[in-house]
Amino acid sequence: MSVLTDNTDLTLRLAGHFREAEALLASGSPELMNLPRKKAFQDFIAQGIPTRKSENYKYTNLQPAFAREYHFLHQRPKIDFKPGEIFRCDVPQLDTHLVILLNGWYYEENSPLACLPEGVFLGSLEEAARKYPELVAQHYGSLAETVADPLVALNTALARDGYFLYVPKNIRIEKPIQIINLLLADNDAYVTQRNLVVAEPGAEVKLILCDHTLNLNNYLNNSVTEIFIDENASVDYYTIQNQHNQSASVNSVYIRQMENSHVTTNTISLHGGLIRNNLKVIIDGENSEANVYGMTFLDRKQHVDNFTQIVHAKPHCQSNQLYKNVLEEESSGAFTGQIYVMRDAQKINAYQRNNNLLLTDKALMQTKPQLIIEADDVKCSHGATIGQIDEEALFYLRARGIEEKQARLMLMNAFAYEVIRQVKVEPLRDRINELIEKRLRGEISRCHECAYHCNC
Amino acid sequence: MLSIKNLCVSIEGKEILNGINLEINPGEVHAIMGPNGSGKSTLANVLAGKEEYEITDGEIYYLGENLLELSPEDRARKGIFLSFQYPVEIPGVPMINFLKTAVNEHRKFKGEKPLTAGEFLKLMREKKQLVEMDTELTNRSVNEGFSGGEKKKNEIFQMALLQPRLAILDETDSGLDIDALKTVAHGVNALRSPENSTIVVTHYQRLLDYIVPDHVHVLYKGRIVKSAGKELAFELEEKGYDWIKKENEE
Repeated sequence: MSVLTDNTDLTLRLAGHFREAEALLASGSPELMNLPRKKAFQDFIAQGIPTRKSENYKYTNLQPAFAREYHFLHQRPKIDFKPGEIFRCDVPQLDTHLVILLNGWYYEENSPLACLPEGVFLGSLEEAARKYPELVAQHYGSLAETVADPLVALNTALARDGYFLYVPKNIRIEKPIQIINLLLADNDAYVTQRNLVVAEPGAEVKLILCDHTLNLNNYLNNSVTEIFIDENASVDYYTIQNQHNQSASVNSVYIRQMENSHVTTNTISLHGGLIRNNLKVIIDGENSEANVYGMTFLDRKQHVDNFTQIVHAKPHCQSNQLYKNVLEEESSGAFTGQIYVMRDAQKINAYQRNNNLLLTDKALMQTKPQLIIEADDVKCSHGATIGQIDEEALFYLRARGIEEKQARLMLMNAFAYEVIRQVKVEPLRDRINELIEKRLRGEISRCHECAYHCNC
Repeated sequence: MLSIKNLCVSIEGKEILNGINLEINPGEVHAIMGPNGSGKSTLANVLAGKEEYEITDGEIYYLGENLLELSPEDRARKGIFLSFQYPVEIPGVPMINFLKTAVNEHRKFKGEKPLTAGEFLKLMREKKQLVEMDTELTNRSVNEGFSGGEKKKNEIFQMALLQPRLAILDETDSGLDIDALKTVAHGVNALRSPENSTIVVTHYQRLLDYIVPDHVHVLYKGRIVKSAGKELAFELEEKGYDWIKKENEE
């Protein structure tokens, strides 16, 4: 097997693949997904696979992930098993509307609609594009610009399916919607997933995303999600990433919110070989609030890069960003957080903080806050810290008879607490706390080796 | 119970303790007094097992065991309790989890079953009364936002929960008003028994009005320069530490 190492060669290899698969992609897809493919692909070729010279990807090297040979999953997989049988979601106390996606495809036997309020749609994007062509066409690709990011361009060129959630006007969905993204292929696989969420005025919904790998094959997952939050609407978007150490994942989430709306995202990365989370929130209506949180645990040679952009386009809004990382062994992490306050966006409060706990000499954290402020009446702040375990606190706990290892766990949990307490779904918060506890004890690091005991 | 012989301790190459000898028997209360910088807190921290100190000479035996070979947590579980001079705030670690973990680690060490949530809450209610500990405080994170007095009360509350054999009170009186001082002293006295011993480290005689010592030692420049009964504390209060300093400079 020839190993390509140059990003230009890798880009060309993908170009060759796209030309081969173009007809296949087009034949099964709705028109509105086919329309942007060609241009998206040109945009991808023009930008190429990002190198570390690309300003937006300088802390993450995607080259090794792209250098591998993958099978592309351009057709709906034939599933001869029930995902629910091999995947047990270990959250018995968490009552959710649950759907499963396999390798980026919406699993056909999901049947959440019976339990959801009338008018709500939760299902396959491909199917939705046929059922609600106007609604989907109006939103599809309008936030995720293919000229701005080559991974978004590649996603748009190859997109076949994902989930679509539509919450009509003034509908409040009480129970959280849980979407489980499973990666399970016979070979090393490149996975594309494309999602769309539309919350109409006054709608309220909480989403829980769980990313999992179910076997040890290498995966490169490139997903794009666009979320539209209309006036007076509220969306909570929690992501729990738990993939094995050979997997690479790029998740791009784009959110646009209108007047009096509210969004909270919380990205909890428990495991993954390489994870890059792109998050862009455009606050495009007055009196709106965006809360953006993230908690990452890293060990071995894992790498997690959180890249956020908060765009304040309208006055009288507030944004809060808090990202924390715990890094062990030879892991590396990155945080780039941009706050962009546009010229007319006066009376803005925009806060950002990034705190990191570096537990070994070999762990590496890179953090880069960016403030671009064009308005003159705003309150903005940013801060970043990199530190070690508080030795005084550690001694205090040990002096009360608590084993050193346990005391360290308590302090790491305490470090994460500030982010975790922002999870407003209480059973989910408890569950995340348990998962973190297990993660810190090293009990779920090998969960990918056993498909039957996966933790959600 | 505790036997310290020729203990020499330094930190970052600087010698702080310079040949301490001290014998403590069960049931005794020893006060260690001395001017600022004489090494009182260092002695307290070394007994609890703080690791940044270097023991350059001497030995410490506790209940017949070489204390210097034990980790801080083992010392605690074998009955040594340090009431900290400056209890640290630990946001994110709830008081209740902390206390329950500490109590159950002690129980596990003794081969006892861990307390259930109900049993633990009952125990906590009982001990809270001893130092008039506010329930609101035990619902917070460890020491988070506690006043100086509340932190000290919290130390004695923990002592009541853990029932140590040897309690070391490091400047427990500092930052306390007279009412809080009485409450704290009452708590300490209630926990005294013929089997338990107490080391009271203090700068002032005030606390010793309430926790009456059997022996008073004066620490100066890393050595015990004077030992006597409780009357020594009054003498110090009257004459100040200059008297000791003068005597030892000559």
